[in-house]
Amino acid sequence: MALTNEIIQQKLTEKFGENLSNWEQPYGMLTFVAEKDINIKVLQFLFDDAELQFRFLTDLQAVHYPDNKGEELAIVYHLHNFVDNVRIRFKVFTDITKPDVFTATGVFMSANFMERETYDFYGVNFVGHPNLIRILNVDEMDYFPMRKEFPLEDQTRIDKDDEMFGR
Amino acid sequence: MSEHIILPEGSLEKQTTTLNLGPTHPATHGVFQNILEMDGERVMKATSTVGYIHRAFEKIAERRPLYQITPLTDRLNYCSSPINNMGWHITCEKLLGLTLPKRVDYLRVIIMELARISDHLICNSIVGVDSGAFTGFLYVMQYRELIYEIYEEVCGSRLTTNIGRIGGFERNFTAKAFEKLEKFLKEYPVTLREFENLLTRNRIFMDRTIGCGPISSERALNYGFTGPNLRASGVDYDVRVHTPYSSYQDFNFTIPVGSTGDCYDRFLVRNQEMWQSIEIIKQAYQKVQQFKGTEADVFHADAPAYYLPEKKDVYTKMEALIYHFKIVMGETEMPVGEVYSSVEGGNGELGFYLVSDGGRTPYRLHFRRPCFIYYQAYPELIKGGMLSDAVITMSSLNLIAGELDA
Repeated sequence: MALTNEIIQQKLTEKFGENLSNWEQPYGMLTFVAEKDINIKVLQFLFDDAELQFRFLTDLQAVHYPDNKGEELAIVYHLHNFVDNVRIRFKVFTDITKPDVFTATGVFMSANFMERETYDFYGVNFVGHPNLIRILNVDEMDYFPMRKEFPLEDQTRIDKDDEMFGR
Repeated sequence: MSEHIILPEGSLEKQTTTLNLGPTHPATHGVFQNILEMDGERVMKATSTVGYIHRAFEKIAERRPLYQITPLTDRLNYCSSPINNMGWHITCEKLLGLTLPKRVDYLRVIIMELARISDHLICNSIVGVDSGAFTGFLYVMQYRELIYEIYEEVCGSRLTTNIGRIGGFERNFTAKAFEKLEKFLKEYPVTLREFENLLTRNRIFMDRTIGCGPISSERALNYGFTGPNLRASGVDYDVRVHTPYSSYQDFNFTIPVGSTGDCYDRFLVRNQEMWQSIEIIKQAYQKVQQFKGTEADVFHADAPAYYLPEKKDVYTKMEALIYHFKIVMGETEMPVGEVYSSVEGGNGELGFYLVSDGGRTPYRLHFRRPCFIYYQAYPELIKGGMLSDAVITMSSLNLIAGELDA
Protein backbone atom coordinates (compact mmCIF):
# COMPACT_ATOMS: atom_id res chain seq x y z
CA MET A 1 0.00 0.00 0.00
CA ALA A 2 1.39 3.27 -1.01
CA LEU A 3 2.18 5.72 1.70
CA THR A 4 -0.07 8.76 1.39
CA ASN A 5 0.00 12.09 3.16
CA GLU A 6 -3.14 11.13 5.08
CA ILE A 7 -1.53 8.00 6.52
CA ILE A 8 1.56 9.95 7.57
CA GLN A 9 -0.56 12.63 9.20
CA GLN A 10 -2.63 10.02 11.02
CA LYS A 11 0.41 8.14 12.31
CA LEU A 12 2.10 11.30 13.49
CA THR A 13 -1.03 12.59 15.18
CA GLU A 14 -1.45 9.27 17.02
CA LYS A 15 2.09 9.53 18.31
CA PHE A 16 2.47 13.22 19.07
CA GLY A 17 -1.10 14.51 19.25
CA GLU A 18 -1.41 18.20 19.95
CA ASN A 19 2.31 18.91 19.63
CA LEU A 20 2.04 18.96 15.87
CA SER A 21 -0.07 21.58 14.17
CA ASN A 22 -0.67 23.62 11.01
CA TRP A 23 -1.10 20.67 8.67
CA GLU A 24 -0.90 21.82 5.07
CA GLN A 25 -0.11 20.38 1.67
CA PRO A 26 1.37 23.16 -0.47
CA TYR A 27 2.13 21.80 -3.96
CA GLY A 28 1.43 18.30 -2.69
CA MET A 29 4.10 18.18 0.00
CA LEU A 30 2.85 17.45 3.49
CA THR A 31 3.94 20.26 5.80
CA PHE A 32 3.47 20.68 9.53
CA VAL A 33 4.82 22.57 12.49
CA ALA A 34 6.27 20.77 15.49
CA GLU A 35 6.94 22.03 19.00
CA LYS A 36 10.58 22.99 19.12
CA ASP A 37 11.46 20.67 22.02
CA ILE A 38 10.38 17.53 20.20
CA ASN A 39 12.05 18.10 16.82
CA ILE A 40 14.49 15.24 17.28
CA LYS A 41 11.78 12.94 18.62
CA VAL A 42 9.78 13.59 15.47
CA LEU A 43 12.83 13.01 13.27
CA GLN A 44 13.70 9.80 15.10
CA PHE A 45 10.14 8.53 14.92
CA LEU A 46 9.95 9.25 11.20
CA PHE A 47 13.31 7.52 10.77
CA ASP A 48 12.59 4.41 12.85
CA ASP A 49 8.97 3.67 12.05
CA ALA A 50 8.74 0.59 9.85
CA GLU A 51 6.10 2.13 7.65
CA LEU A 52 7.23 5.74 7.47
CA GLN A 53 10.96 5.21 6.84
CA PHE A 54 11.97 8.82 6.28
CA ARG A 55 15.66 8.03 6.25
CA PHE A 56 17.06 10.74 4.06
CA LEU A 57 17.49 14.34 5.15
CA THR A 58 17.20 16.26 1.92
CA ASP A 59 17.58 19.74 3.26
CA LEU A 60 17.68 21.80 6.40
CA GLN A 61 17.53 25.57 6.56
CA ALA A 62 16.03 28.50 8.40
CA VAL A 63 13.67 31.30 7.48
CA HIS A 64 13.44 34.58 9.38
CA TYR A 65 10.03 36.13 10.04
CA PRO A 66 10.77 39.31 12.01
CA ASP A 67 7.09 40.16 12.54
CA ASN A 68 6.31 36.81 14.12
CA LYS A 69 7.08 37.88 17.68
CA GLY A 70 8.42 35.15 19.91
CA GLU A 71 8.71 32.76 16.95
CA GLU A 72 10.96 34.68 14.62
CA LEU A 73 13.09 31.85 13.26
CA ALA A 74 11.70 28.82 11.48
CA ILE A 75 13.97 25.83 10.98
CA VAL A 76 12.72 23.80 8.05
CA TYR A 77 13.48 20.10 7.56
CA HIS A 78 12.87 18.33 4.27
CA LEU A 79 12.76 14.56 4.56
CA HIS A 80 12.50 11.92 1.89
CA ASN A 81 11.31 8.34 1.99
CA PHE A 82 13.10 6.54 -0.85
CA VAL A 83 11.04 3.36 -0.60
CA ASP A 84 7.64 4.93 -1.24
CA ASN A 85 9.10 8.09 -2.76
CA VAL A 86 7.31 10.53 -0.48
CA ARG A 87 8.67 13.85 0.70
CA ILE A 88 7.57 15.78 3.75
CA ARG A 89 8.54 19.06 5.30
CA PHE A 90 8.29 20.15 8.88
CA LYS A 91 9.21 23.26 10.73
CA VAL A 92 10.01 24.29 14.25
CA PHE A 93 9.78 27.89 15.36
CA THR A 94 12.08 29.48 17.88
CA ASP A 95 12.51 32.79 19.65
CA ILE A 96 15.32 34.86 18.13
CA THR A 97 16.62 35.99 21.51
CA LYS A 98 17.05 32.39 22.62
CA PRO A 99 17.45 30.37 19.43
CA ASP A 100 18.26 26.98 20.96
CA VAL A 101 17.18 23.95 18.96
CA PHE A 102 18.34 20.37 19.38
CA THR A 103 20.74 19.13 16.75
CA ALA A 104 19.86 16.48 14.19
CA THR A 105 23.45 15.30 13.81
CA GLY A 106 22.71 12.27 16.01
CA VAL A 107 20.22 11.02 13.44
CA PHE A 108 21.75 12.27 10.20
CA MET A 109 25.45 12.86 9.62
CA SER A 110 24.46 15.12 6.74
CA ALA A 111 22.95 17.60 9.20
CA ASN A 112 26.43 18.62 10.33
CA PHE A 113 27.28 21.07 7.56
CA MET A 114 23.67 22.10 7.03
CA GLU A 115 23.30 23.09 10.68
CA ARG A 116 26.60 24.91 10.59
CA GLU A 117 25.37 26.83 7.58
CA THR A 118 22.09 27.65 9.31
CA TYR A 119 23.99 28.80 12.39
CA ASP A 120 26.31 30.85 10.23
CA PHE A 121 23.52 32.76 8.50
CA TYR A 122 20.74 32.85 11.09
CA GLY A 123 22.43 32.26 14.41
CA VAL A 124 20.38 29.22 15.34
CA ASN A 125 22.17 27.54 18.22
CA PHE A 126 21.98 23.80 17.63
CA VAL A 127 22.34 22.29 21.08
CA GLY A 128 24.59 19.25 21.03
CA HIS A 129 26.20 19.91 17.67
CA PRO A 130 29.80 18.59 17.67
CA ASN A 131 31.39 21.54 15.92
CA LEU A 132 29.09 24.52 15.69
CA ILE A 133 31.32 27.15 14.09
CA ARG A 134 30.93 29.39 11.08
CA ILE A 135 31.31 27.62 7.78
CA LEU A 136 30.97 29.95 4.80
CA ASN A 137 31.57 33.35 6.39
CA VAL A 138 34.77 34.49 8.09
CA ASP A 139 35.23 33.42 11.68
CA GLU A 140 35.48 37.01 12.94
CA MET A 141 32.01 37.94 11.75
CA ASP A 142 29.85 39.00 14.70
CA TYR A 143 26.38 39.06 13.16
CA PHE A 144 24.12 36.71 11.24
CA PRO A 145 23.83 38.14 7.74
CA MET A 146 20.74 36.39 6.38
CA ARG A 147 18.49 37.88 9.03
CA LYS A 148 16.04 40.38 7.67
CA GLU A 149 17.42 43.30 9.69
CA PHE A 150 20.40 43.41 7.33
CA PRO A 151 19.07 44.74 4.05
CA LEU A 152 21.19 44.72 0.93
CA GLU A 153 22.75 48.00 -0.11
CA ASP A 154 20.34 50.48 -1.64
CA GLN A 155 20.84 50.26 -5.40
CA THR A 156 19.90 53.89 -5.92
CA ARG A 157 22.42 55.41 -3.56
CA ILE A 158 24.49 58.23 -5.05
CA ASP A 159 26.88 59.13 -2.25
CA LYS A 160 29.44 56.58 -3.38
CA ASP A 161 31.91 57.91 -5.93
CA ASP A 162 33.82 55.12 -7.54
CA GLU A 163 35.87 56.19 -10.51
CA MET A 164 37.10 52.75 -11.44
CA PHE A 165 33.84 50.88 -11.37
CA GLY A 166 31.47 53.84 -11.87
CA ARG A 167 28.06 53.26 -10.34
CA MET B 1 46.51 0.73 11.77
CA SER B 2 47.70 1.33 15.31
CA GLU B 3 46.39 4.19 17.40
CA HIS B 4 48.54 7.28 17.30
CA ILE B 5 48.90 9.88 19.97
CA ILE B 6 48.50 13.39 18.63
CA LEU B 7 50.89 15.72 20.42
CA PRO B 8 50.56 19.49 20.48
CA GLU B 9 52.17 21.66 17.86
CA GLY B 10 55.80 22.49 18.66
CA SER B 11 56.32 19.43 20.80
CA LEU B 12 59.62 17.70 20.07
CA GLU B 13 58.03 14.28 20.22
CA LYS B 14 55.38 15.16 17.66
CA GLN B 15 55.59 12.36 15.15
CA THR B 16 53.01 13.48 12.65
CA THR B 17 53.19 16.19 10.03
CA THR B 18 50.54 18.81 9.50
CA LEU B 19 50.03 19.47 5.83
CA ASN B 20 47.90 22.10 4.18
CA LEU B 21 46.35 20.72 1.03
CA GLY B 22 45.05 23.90 -0.56
CA PRO B 23 43.35 26.43 -0.52
CA THR B 24 44.95 26.83 -3.93
CA HIS B 25 46.68 23.72 -5.08
CA PRO B 26 46.89 22.28 -8.59
CA ALA B 27 45.66 18.89 -7.36
CA THR B 28 42.45 20.19 -5.84
CA HIS B 29 41.00 21.77 -9.03
CA GLY B 30 39.40 24.54 -7.05
CA VAL B 31 39.61 26.48 -3.85
CA PHE B 32 39.49 23.84 -1.14
CA GLN B 33 41.50 23.77 2.03
CA ASN B 34 42.16 20.56 3.87
CA ILE B 35 44.41 20.47 6.88
CA LEU B 36 45.79 16.98 6.91
CA GLU B 37 47.48 15.28 9.82
CA MET B 38 49.95 12.94 8.15
CA ASP B 39 51.78 9.95 9.50
CA GLY B 40 54.42 9.58 6.84
CA GLU B 41 52.43 9.17 3.67
CA ARG B 42 49.15 8.24 5.36
CA VAL B 43 46.34 10.60 6.23
CA MET B 44 45.29 10.26 9.85
CA LYS B 45 42.92 13.14 10.12
CA ALA B 46 41.54 15.77 7.82
CA THR B 47 39.80 19.03 8.56
CA SER B 48 38.01 20.67 5.67
CA THR B 49 37.50 24.38 5.42
CA VAL B 50 35.02 25.71 2.91
CA GLY B 51 33.73 29.12 1.97
CA TYR B 52 36.58 30.67 0.03
CA ILE B 53 34.36 31.74 -2.83
CA HIS B 54 31.15 32.31 -0.92
CA ARG B 55 29.16 34.95 -2.80
CA ALA B 56 25.99 35.28 -0.71
CA PHE B 57 23.69 34.16 -3.52
CA GLU B 58 20.81 33.45 -1.17
CA LYS B 59 20.93 36.96 0.21
CA ILE B 60 21.26 38.56 -3.22
CA ALA B 61 18.35 36.46 -4.47
CA GLU B 62 16.10 38.00 -1.83
CA ARG B 63 16.15 41.25 -3.76
CA ARG B 64 15.93 39.97 -7.30
CA PRO B 65 12.85 39.18 -9.36
CA LEU B 66 12.61 35.55 -10.39
CA TYR B 67 14.07 35.92 -13.86
CA GLN B 68 17.14 37.75 -12.52
CA ILE B 69 18.04 34.83 -10.29
CA THR B 70 18.84 32.58 -13.26
CA PRO B 71 22.36 34.05 -13.73
CA LEU B 72 23.07 33.30 -10.06
CA THR B 73 22.26 29.64 -10.55
CA ASP B 74 24.77 29.45 -13.43
CA ARG B 75 27.54 29.95 -10.98
CA LEU B 76 26.67 27.07 -8.70
CA ASN B 77 27.88 24.07 -10.64
CA TYR B 78 29.56 25.82 -13.52
CA CYS B 79 30.42 22.55 -15.27
CA SER B 80 26.74 21.97 -15.99
CA SER B 81 25.09 25.35 -15.64
CA PRO B 82 22.16 24.61 -17.99
CA ILE B 83 20.86 22.03 -15.52
CA ASN B 84 20.91 24.64 -12.77
CA ASN B 85 19.13 27.15 -15.00
CA MET B 86 16.46 24.63 -15.97
CA GLY B 87 16.09 23.55 -12.36
CA TRP B 88 15.40 27.14 -11.40
CA HIS B 89 12.94 27.66 -14.26
CA ILE B 90 11.15 24.46 -13.30
CA THR B 91 10.90 25.68 -9.69
CA CYS B 92 9.40 28.99 -10.82
CA GLU B 93 7.00 27.23 -13.16
CA LYS B 94 5.89 25.01 -10.31
CA LEU B 95 5.25 28.06 -8.14
CA LEU B 96 3.43 29.90 -10.91
CA GLY B 97 1.50 26.83 -12.04
CA LEU B 98 2.68 26.82 -15.65
CA THR B 99 2.58 23.74 -17.83
CA LEU B 100 4.89 23.61 -20.81
CA PRO B 101 4.33 22.25 -24.30
CA LYS B 102 5.94 18.86 -24.90
CA ARG B 103 8.37 20.24 -27.45
CA VAL B 104 9.85 22.64 -24.90
CA ASP B 105 10.23 19.80 -22.42
CA TYR B 106 12.09 17.70 -24.98
CA LEU B 107 14.36 20.57 -26.00
CA ARG B 108 15.14 21.08 -22.34
CA VAL B 109 15.93 17.42 -21.94
CA ILE B 110 18.39 17.65 -24.83
CA ILE B 111 20.15 20.60 -23.24
CA MET B 112 20.16 19.07 -19.76
CA GLU B 113 21.59 15.77 -20.95
CA LEU B 114 24.27 17.57 -22.94
CA ALA B 115 25.14 19.41 -19.76
CA ARG B 116 25.27 16.15 -17.83
CA ILE B 117 27.67 14.72 -20.40
CA SER B 118 29.91 17.77 -20.23
CA ASP B 119 29.92 17.54 -16.43
CA HIS B 120 30.71 13.84 -16.30
CA LEU B 121 33.33 13.93 -19.02
CA ILE B 122 35.25 16.61 -17.16
CA CYS B 123 35.03 14.67 -13.92
CA ASN B 124 36.07 11.35 -15.40
CA SER B 125 38.88 12.71 -17.49
CA ILE B 126 40.18 14.62 -14.46
CA VAL B 127 40.21 11.37 -12.50
CA GLY B 128 42.42 10.12 -15.31
CA VAL B 129 44.68 13.17 -15.05
CA ASP B 130 45.04 12.77 -11.30
CA SER B 131 46.05 9.16 -11.73
CA GLY B 132 48.62 10.12 -14.34
CA ALA B 133 46.77 9.60 -17.62
CA PHE B 134 46.58 12.92 -19.39
CA THR B 135 45.64 11.71 -22.87
CA GLY B 136 41.99 10.91 -22.25
CA PHE B 137 41.41 14.39 -20.94
CA LEU B 138 42.53 15.92 -24.23
CA TYR B 139 40.50 13.44 -26.26
CA VAL B 140 37.16 14.24 -24.67
CA MET B 141 37.77 17.94 -24.18
CA GLN B 142 37.03 18.71 -27.83
CA TYR B 143 33.52 17.35 -27.30
CA ARG B 144 32.95 19.64 -24.37
CA GLU B 145 33.85 22.37 -26.82
CA LEU B 146 31.25 21.04 -29.25
CA ILE B 147 28.63 20.97 -26.46
CA TYR B 148 29.49 24.57 -25.64
CA GLU B 149 29.04 25.47 -29.30
CA ILE B 150 25.55 24.00 -29.14
CA TYR B 151 24.78 26.13 -26.08
CA GLU B 152 26.14 29.08 -27.96
CA GLU B 153 23.75 28.44 -30.84
CA VAL B 154 20.84 28.27 -28.43
CA CYS B 155 21.55 31.04 -25.94
CA GLY B 156 24.68 32.88 -27.03
CA SER B 157 26.99 32.00 -24.17
CA ARG B 158 29.13 29.06 -23.23
CA LEU B 159 30.11 28.52 -19.62
CA THR B 160 27.67 30.52 -17.54
CA THR B 161 24.83 30.02 -19.91
CA ASN B 162 21.75 31.74 -18.45
CA ILE B 163 19.88 29.51 -20.88
CA GLY B 164 16.12 29.60 -21.30
CA ARG B 165 13.46 31.65 -19.62
CA ILE B 166 10.65 30.97 -17.23
CA GLY B 167 8.22 29.24 -19.58
CA GLY B 168 10.56 28.06 -22.28
CA PHE B 169 13.52 29.17 -24.34
CA GLU B 170 14.46 32.66 -25.47
CA ARG B 171 14.51 31.54 -29.11
CA ASN B 172 13.92 28.44 -31.13
CA PHE B 173 16.78 26.07 -31.84
CA THR B 174 18.38 27.00 -35.13
CA ALA B 175 19.08 24.55 -37.93
CA LYS B 176 22.75 25.01 -37.11
CA ALA B 177 22.14 23.88 -33.54
CA PHE B 178 20.53 20.65 -34.71
CA GLU B 179 23.33 20.16 -37.21
CA LYS B 180 25.88 20.41 -34.41
CA LEU B 181 23.79 18.10 -32.26
CA GLU B 182 23.80 15.52 -35.04
CA LYS B 183 27.54 15.87 -35.36
CA PHE B 184 27.87 15.36 -31.63
CA LEU B 185 25.65 12.28 -31.60
CA LYS B 186 27.63 10.79 -34.47
CA GLU B 187 31.15 11.47 -33.25
CA TYR B 188 31.03 11.52 -29.48
CA PRO B 189 30.18 7.83 -28.92
CA VAL B 190 33.29 6.88 -30.90
CA THR B 191 35.48 9.07 -28.74
CA LEU B 192 33.82 7.96 -25.53
CA ARG B 193 34.43 4.36 -26.52
CA GLU B 194 38.05 5.21 -27.16
CA PHE B 195 38.29 7.00 -23.81
CA GLU B 196 36.85 3.97 -22.04
CA ASN B 197 39.33 1.73 -23.82
CA LEU B 198 42.13 3.81 -22.39
CA LEU B 199 41.01 3.58 -18.80
CA THR B 200 38.21 1.19 -17.87
CA ARG B 201 40.12 -2.09 -18.14
CA ASN B 202 43.53 -0.52 -17.77
CA ARG B 203 45.36 -2.54 -15.08
CA ILE B 204 47.27 0.48 -13.76
CA PHE B 205 44.15 2.61 -13.53
CA MET B 206 42.18 -0.20 -11.87
CA ASP B 207 44.88 -0.83 -9.29
CA ARG B 208 44.98 2.85 -8.63
CA THR B 209 41.25 3.41 -8.10
CA ILE B 210 39.69 0.16 -6.87
CA GLY B 211 39.22 0.34 -3.13
CA CYS B 212 40.20 3.98 -3.05
CA GLY B 213 37.85 6.22 -1.04
CA PRO B 214 34.99 3.73 -0.65
CA ILE B 215 31.72 4.36 1.15
CA SER B 216 28.91 1.95 2.00
CA SER B 217 25.35 2.68 0.93
CA GLU B 218 24.18 3.22 4.54
CA ARG B 219 26.92 5.74 5.24
CA ALA B 220 26.35 7.43 1.90
CA LEU B 221 22.65 7.84 2.64
CA ASN B 222 23.34 9.09 6.13
CA TYR B 223 25.82 11.59 4.76
CA GLY B 224 23.23 12.85 2.29
CA PHE B 225 24.94 11.65 -0.88
CA THR B 226 22.92 11.93 -4.06
CA GLY B 227 23.64 11.53 -7.74
CA PRO B 228 26.40 9.41 -9.24
CA ASN B 229 28.27 9.20 -5.93
CA LEU B 230 25.27 7.65 -4.19
CA ARG B 231 24.54 5.35 -7.11
CA ALA B 232 28.15 4.17 -7.10
CA SER B 233 27.54 2.84 -3.60
CA GLY B 234 24.53 0.88 -4.77
CA VAL B 235 21.39 2.98 -4.20
CA ASP B 236 19.39 3.51 -7.38
CA TYR B 237 18.06 6.94 -6.51
CA ASP B 238 17.71 9.31 -9.41
CA VAL B 239 15.42 12.34 -9.37
CA ARG B 240 14.72 11.89 -13.08
CA VAL B 241 12.99 8.60 -12.28
CA HIS B 242 11.68 9.21 -8.77
CA THR B 243 10.13 12.61 -9.40
CA PRO B 244 10.07 13.07 -13.16
CA TYR B 245 10.27 16.65 -14.34
CA SER B 246 10.37 18.03 -17.87
CA SER B 247 8.71 14.86 -19.26
CA TYR B 248 11.51 12.48 -18.32
CA GLN B 249 8.84 9.82 -17.93
CA ASP B 250 8.56 9.70 -21.75
CA PHE B 251 12.09 8.38 -22.13
CA ASN B 252 13.51 4.94 -21.91
CA PHE B 253 16.77 4.74 -20.01
CA THR B 254 18.43 2.81 -17.21
CA ILE B 255 20.10 3.98 -14.06
CA PRO B 256 23.55 2.48 -13.62
CA VAL B 257 24.52 1.52 -10.07
CA GLY B 258 27.80 0.45 -8.53
CA SER B 259 28.42 -1.61 -5.42
CA THR B 260 31.42 -0.50 -3.38
CA GLY B 261 31.24 3.26 -3.81
CA ASP B 262 34.96 3.62 -4.47
CA CYS B 263 36.64 5.80 -7.07
CA TYR B 264 36.45 3.08 -9.70
CA ASP B 265 32.72 2.60 -9.23
CA ARG B 266 32.11 6.30 -9.38
CA PHE B 267 34.10 6.40 -12.60
CA LEU B 268 32.11 3.52 -14.11
CA VAL B 269 28.76 4.96 -13.06
CA ARG B 270 29.58 8.30 -14.65
CA ASN B 271 30.74 6.63 -17.85
CA GLN B 272 27.56 4.58 -18.04
CA GLU B 273 25.48 7.66 -17.39
CA MET B 274 27.09 9.34 -20.35
CA TRP B 275 25.97 6.43 -22.55
CA GLN B 276 22.48 6.70 -21.12
CA SER B 277 22.48 10.45 -21.73
CA ILE B 278 23.39 9.88 -25.35
CA GLU B 279 20.43 7.50 -25.62
CA ILE B 280 18.12 10.06 -24.03
CA ILE B 281 19.31 12.79 -26.38
CA LYS B 282 18.73 10.52 -29.39
CA GLN B 283 15.18 9.77 -28.23
CA ALA B 284 14.49 13.42 -27.47
CA TYR B 285 15.83 14.52 -30.82
CA GLN B 286 13.60 11.97 -32.54
CA LYS B 287 10.60 13.25 -30.63
CA VAL B 288 11.45 16.85 -31.46
CA GLN B 289 11.66 15.99 -35.16
CA GLN B 290 8.13 14.58 -35.06
CA PHE B 291 6.67 18.04 -34.52
CA LYS B 292 5.65 19.45 -37.89
CA GLY B 293 4.26 22.74 -39.18
CA THR B 294 3.38 25.34 -36.58
CA GLU B 295 4.08 22.87 -33.79
CA ALA B 296 7.73 22.85 -34.80
CA ASP B 297 7.94 26.55 -33.96
CA VAL B 298 6.81 26.16 -30.37
CA PHE B 299 9.65 27.00 -28.03
CA HIS B 300 7.88 28.53 -25.06
CA ALA B 301 4.65 28.24 -23.14
CA ASP B 302 1.79 30.54 -23.95
CA ALA B 303 2.05 32.46 -20.70
CA PRO B 304 2.53 36.13 -21.57
CA ALA B 305 2.29 37.24 -17.94
CA TYR B 306 5.47 35.36 -17.03
CA TYR B 307 7.41 34.66 -20.20
CA LEU B 308 9.67 37.59 -21.04
CA PRO B 309 8.70 38.58 -24.62
CA GLU B 310 11.10 38.85 -27.49
CA LYS B 311 12.79 42.22 -27.82
CA LYS B 312 11.55 42.93 -31.33
CA ASP B 313 7.99 42.38 -30.13
CA VAL B 314 8.56 44.78 -27.26
CA TYR B 315 9.38 47.50 -29.74
CA THR B 316 6.50 46.82 -32.09
CA LYS B 317 3.60 45.33 -30.10
CA MET B 318 1.58 46.97 -27.38
CA GLU B 319 0.86 43.84 -25.33
CA ALA B 320 4.44 42.69 -25.44
CA LEU B 321 5.56 46.10 -24.20
CA ILE B 322 3.10 46.00 -21.31
CA TYR B 323 4.09 42.49 -20.26
CA HIS B 324 7.76 43.27 -20.65
CA PHE B 325 7.36 46.26 -18.37
CA LYS B 326 5.34 44.32 -15.83
CA ILE B 327 7.79 41.42 -15.71
CA VAL B 328 10.90 43.58 -15.53
CA MET B 329 9.47 45.91 -12.91
CA GLY B 330 8.14 42.98 -10.88
CA GLU B 331 4.50 44.01 -11.18
CA THR B 332 3.24 40.54 -12.02
CA GLU B 333 1.19 38.75 -9.38
CA MET B 334 3.20 36.09 -7.58
CA PRO B 335 1.40 33.35 -5.71
CA VAL B 336 2.02 33.14 -1.97
CA GLY B 337 3.41 29.81 -0.90
CA GLU B 338 6.40 27.62 -0.47
CA VAL B 339 7.70 25.17 -2.98
CA TYR B 340 10.52 22.66 -3.07
CA SER B 341 11.56 21.40 -6.43
CA SER B 342 14.60 19.43 -7.42
CA VAL B 343 16.35 18.25 -10.53
CA GLU B 344 19.06 15.69 -11.07
CA GLY B 345 22.12 17.85 -11.44
CA GLY B 346 25.52 16.69 -12.53
CA ASN B 347 26.43 15.86 -8.94
CA GLY B 348 23.12 14.89 -7.48
CA GLU B 349 19.85 16.31 -6.31
CA LEU B 350 19.91 20.03 -6.90
CA GLY B 351 17.00 21.44 -4.92
CA PHE B 352 15.43 24.84 -4.70
CA TYR B 353 13.37 25.79 -1.66
CA LEU B 354 11.48 28.94 -2.50
CA VAL B 355 9.29 30.81 -0.02
CA SER B 356 7.17 33.48 -1.65
CA ASP B 357 5.20 36.12 0.24
CA GLY B 358 3.61 37.47 -2.93
CA GLY B 359 6.16 40.25 -3.33
CA ARG B 360 8.26 40.86 -6.42
CA THR B 361 11.21 38.89 -5.05
CA PRO B 362 11.47 35.59 -3.16
CA TYR B 363 11.08 35.93 0.59
CA ARG B 364 13.61 33.18 1.06
CA LEU B 365 15.46 31.04 -1.42
CA HIS B 366 17.64 28.14 -0.45
CA PHE B 367 19.76 26.11 -2.83
CA ARG B 368 20.24 22.48 -1.87
CA ARG B 369 23.70 22.02 -3.29
CA PRO B 370 24.67 18.35 -3.52
CA CYS B 371 28.41 19.10 -3.31
CA PHE B 372 28.08 20.97 -0.06
CA ILE B 373 26.25 18.11 1.56
CA TYR B 374 28.45 15.22 0.49
CA TYR B 375 31.71 17.07 1.01
CA GLN B 376 31.40 16.51 4.75
CA ALA B 377 32.11 12.83 4.18
CA TYR B 378 35.48 13.63 2.62
CA PRO B 379 37.58 13.37 5.83
CA GLU B 380 36.08 9.96 6.48
CA LEU B 381 36.69 8.81 2.91
CA ILE B 382 40.39 9.62 2.91
CA LYS B 383 41.22 8.56 6.46
CA GLY B 384 43.92 5.92 6.53
CA GLY B 385 44.72 6.27 2.85
CA MET B 386 47.70 7.74 1.07
CA LEU B 387 47.94 11.41 0.20
CA SER B 388 47.68 10.65 -3.51
CA ASP B 389 44.47 8.72 -2.80
CA ALA B 390 43.05 11.82 -1.15
CA VAL B 391 43.66 13.76 -4.35
CA ILE B 392 42.03 11.18 -6.57
CA THR B 393 39.10 10.77 -4.18
CA MET B 394 38.45 14.48 -4.33
CA SER B 395 38.40 14.57 -8.10
CA SER B 396 36.20 11.49 -8.35
CA LEU B 397 33.65 13.07 -5.99
CA ASN B 398 33.48 15.86 -8.56
CA LEU B 399 33.62 18.70 -6.08
CA ILE B 400 32.82 22.02 -7.70
CA ALA B 401 33.85 25.00 -5.61
CA GLY B 402 31.02 27.13 -6.94
CA GLU B 403 28.44 24.67 -5.77
CA LEU B 404 30.11 24.12 -2.45
CA ASP B 405 30.07 27.74 -1.43
CA ALA B 406 27.09 29.26 -3.24
